[in-house]
Amino acid sequence: MALTKRQSEELAKQTFEYAPAPESTDFVKIEPRYNLFIGGKMVAAHSKKHFPTINPATEQKLSEVVEADEVDVDRAVKAADEAFDSWSRMAPSRRARYIFRISRILQERARELAVVETMDGGKPIKESRDVDIPLAAAHFFYYAGWADKLEWAFPNRKPRPLGVAGQVIPWNFPLLMLAWKIAPALAAGNTVVLKPAETTPLSALLFADICMQAELPPGVVNIITGGGKTGSLVVTHPGVKKVAFTGSTEVGKLIQRSLAGTGKRLTLELGGKAANIVFDDAPLDAAVEGIVNGIYFNQGHVCCAGSRLLVQESIAEPLLEKLKLRLGTLRLGDPLDKNTDIGAINSKAQLEKIESLVESGIEEGAEIFQPECKLPERGYWFPPTLFTNVSQSYRIAREEIFGPVLSVLTFRTPAEAVEKANNTPYGLSAGVWTDKGSRILWMAERMRAGVVWANTFNRFDPTSPFGGYKESGFGREGGRHGLLPYLELV
Amino acid sequence: MPTAKNGTNGRIDVRKTYKLFIAGEFVRSESGRAYRFDGNVNVPRGSRKDLRDAVRAARGAVAGWSARTAMNRGQILYRAAEMLDGRRAQFVELLGSARAAHKEVDEAVEALVWYAGWTDKLAQVIGGTNPVSGPYFNFTIPEPTGVVGIVAPEKPALVGLVRRVAPALCGGNAVVVLAPQENPLPALTLAEVLATSDLPAGVANVLSGFRKELLPWLSAHMDVNAIDVAGCSPDEVTEIEKAAADNVKRVVKYPADELSPYLITAFMEMKTVWHPVGV
Repeated sequence: MALTKRQSEELAKQTFEYAPAPESTDFVKIEPRYNLFIGGKMVAAHSKKHFPTINPATEQKLSEVVEADEVDVDRAVKAADEAFDSWSRMAPSRRARYIFRISRILQERARELAVVETMDGGKPIKESRDVDIPLAAAHFFYYAGWADKLEWAFPNRKPRPLGVAGQVIPWNFPLLMLAWKIAPALAAGNTVVLKPAETTPLSALLFADICMQAELPPGVVNIITGGGKTGSLVVTHPGVKKVAFTGSTEVGKLIQRSLAGTGKRLTLELGGKAANIVFDDAPLDAAVEGIVNGIYFNQGHVCCAGSRLLVQESIAEPLLEKLKLRLGTLRLGDPLDKNTDIGAINSKAQLEKIESLVESGIEEGAEIFQPECKLPERGYWFPPTLFTNVSQSYRIAREEIFGPVLSVLTFRTPAEAVEKANNTPYGLSAGVWTDKGSRILWMAERMRAGVVWANTFNRFDPTSPFGGYKESGFGREGGRHGLLPYLELV
Repeated sequence: MPTAKNGTNGRIDVRKTYKLFIAGEFVRSESGRAYRFDGNVNVPRGSRKDLRDAVRAARGAVAGWSARTAMNRGQILYRAAEMLDGRRAQFVELLGSARAAHKEVDEAVEALVWYAGWTDKLAQVIGGTNPVSGPYFNFTIPEPTGVVGIVAPEKPALVGLVRRVAPALCGGNAVVVLAPQENPLPALTLAEVLATSDLPAGVANVLSGFRKELLPWLSAHMDVNAIDVAGCSPDEVTEIEKAAADNVKRVVKYPADELSPYLITAFMEMKTVWHPVGV
């Protein structure tokens, strides 16, 4: 039924409130306390120390996990080492079957995993539901298929597994990072000791249950929990032949140094300070969505986040106008609400880091913009933030903030855009927005970054290699290239 | 050594002054120092400042060299093979015993020719398109990591070095070579080959000097992206790996005699580009 002019004018004046649409949590069972997953079962730890894992949106304690000590790490590595012989010699097609099973169970238990991921980490349910969990399952499915095709992956070489892989992952995409680490390691015939991040251990512990459900041979995957000290025990354990770490550049350098002279293989996926470059011929509405997705996705807790917006001077004004309007429509709040765009900051420590960097931006002279945004009373929150009048030397333009904070800089020529984009020790990702095909390729060639998104941002796929240049790390995850770090080519 | 004595028939040889090769020029060490590794020939004793100059020259050369077409890089590496073959007699004299020396020159020429042929095939073998699950065109290509430090093995001095330099150049990197302290002449002479092969200035730089004076700075230099340790002892490798962490430098460890496209990619980064598909 068509509306009269008067009716539609009245409609346009109204503000529509979303009704709450919370995802239910009643079918999720979180144990009050978890043990360690070693040798195929949950076992009591040697360490008597436990620490709480909390829901950052409510500050309520969800569970308690072990702070694994040297003896626990040693047990896990021994279990992985014992399992290596039979796992690596198993007919590759049989190995593939187990990994396919894991992928299927991840899909079957998708809702449970998504809810736990959101409760433990604070990310919006729509992201854990639509991005984290499906991609994690897809990753296992992709690498399962490689397990019995390794001889086709690297011409003229015989691939051999390395042994026990020690893997330490971050808190921003807990289950997805687990999948990025475990799937290629298992497909290549290695066994694994994985330590999830201190603040987000629950989905990894659920994954332990999935390994049991898949009847994965004992010891092939071991999950131990703890903080930085436990992580350091994992990577320096002499039984670990390969180390894979995703996290900050600072810790990555410590790990690289600590492995000097050990002969261990290492891959690092570290920090970033990506430039998202918008040219004057870019479709502005699409670019605005890309910018928002680039920096406010997952509260900006993304190593490849487009945290520096480089906008061509001639369109800076209209673009920023649109962007500021769009920020006003982002919904911040209960991560379990299906309409939430921006969830909780992962931890108190991270919130303090964001606050201090934002403070530095104001002090150094940048101009801050935050939309009107009511923050919940409990929990850790930070509103979507945008800085203009930013100089390249400001800390907010150089340091990884890992929060929903965008620094806006301008440029005049493509060459200047390239110069500014590359003016960082990082080199993980970059974005470019323009309607001109030849310019996209010209820019893509010149960006010193492992992933370049053109007219899109923050896309991930198991077939697509991901990893950094320069101080963003080395080695690739995803695709055929993602197998290489877990193989010796004889 | 050839340049040390007067020639036969009363002729007085015109001796060669051995120099460093930095930014396309043959220069003495800025420190003015030399050393005599064999008690006879003066060889420049490169300093930390020479090393910095070489890294700066290399950094400046990366963009131009890597932007050359793959075919052009192949032609230049092939020309290096031609130049080396043409100077066979000079190298045989440097390397000593005739038969083994000829064989070594042959192998070095072969390595250059082999890698010359890889420049325009590597991306096809190592890169590719990725069938992502969505309406995007997605491809992965290898790109040079940037400035590569190469610590050449003492022996075989010529082919051992060529087998590291050729793959690094093949991938589009610029290199800074530390010649073996006790056997620097083949490396310094190889610079003459590279200088006459149409390689742009700064793409290859060769330094002689004391390992302990140069290696710590090369491994810790913040503008060096990767370091090849083929000529290093295990203890040196440990120290290099510690220093390399300062800027997440890639430490390349491959068997010294290997010829392999995987060695080329050890000096490279994989770049993945996404673009939406639509009307």
